[in-house]
Amino acid sequence: MSTETTATGIGPVEGSGAHEGSYGVDNPAPFIEPPRKRTKKTPRSTRGNFEMYGWLFMRLSGIVLVVLVLGHLLIQLVLDGGVSKVGFAFVAGRWASPWWQVWDLAMLWLAMLHGANGLRTIINDYAESVKSRLWLKGLLYTATVWTIVLGTLVIFTFDPNIR
Amino acid sequence: MPAGTLYRGREGMWSWVAHRVTGVLIFFFLFVHVLDTALVRVSPEAYDKVVSTYKTPVVAVLEYGLVAAILFHALNGLRVIAVDFWSKGPRYQKQMLWTVVGVWLVLMLGAIYPVLGHAARVVFGS
Repeated sequence: MSTETTATGIGPVEGSGAHEGSYGVDNPAPFIEPPRKRTKKTPRSTRGNFEMYGWLFMRLSGIVLVVLVLGHLLIQLVLDGGVSKVGFAFVAGRWASPWWQVWDLAMLWLAMLHGANGLRTIINDYAESVKSRLWLKGLLYTATVWTIVLGTLVIFTFDPNIR
Repeated sequence: MPAGTLYRGREGMWSWVAHRVTGVLIFFFLFVHVLDTALVRVSPEAYDKVVSTYKTPVVAVLEYGLVAAILFHALNGLRVIAVDFWSKGPRYQKQMLWTVVGVWLVLMLGAIYPVLGHAARVVFGS
């Protein structure tokens, strides 16, 4: 008895029991599609997974950069007299080895892309107008591409006998 | 500012702020550093001249600051990865931050002599 009563002002609830008996072959229950169900009309994807890959890249490149950059600091600033030994001859000695060429190349690319993606996030967070976001990101991408190309060329075209 | 509107995110928020600030500083230094290294393609003299500024006492202090920023960003970045991928990461994020600060302090103490020793000998004489 108590389950059948409904409070005043609230209509009978679908599936509450009061009406279940009335559905049948001649009066089928309405079909409700599950929310977010993919159908033929649903576009395959409304957007790509770019931000997820960016997020993953920050973590993967970050782990590699910890090794590359801390190794770089150890060699340049700590071991063998610290920064006082650094000069053209020192650079020539290191880049004679493909190992350090690849090390520096990987560090350049990963650090530039990691930093550029970080700054892209910061621009998206703080630049409020569409126009300023566009300009700041245009400047960022231009500077990033230029610096990566310049650094790569320097590593691959280095000539110890430039004089 | 009206009272009570400042977001009090405590350790989590401040480590996020510090991560952003150090990240931007490191990125801007990176541009300068690729440019100064590119001088090896100009001449040995041009490169050695710009590198000699890195050996002055004032710039040595800036280098110590750069090391401080990089070490914090690296250690806190590993903490962020642990928060994201380790199932117990979010629960221990504060303890991990204080671990980061502790390791950072030890490394910064260890970096005093290697990074600033040269500058100290220049200023105070060997």
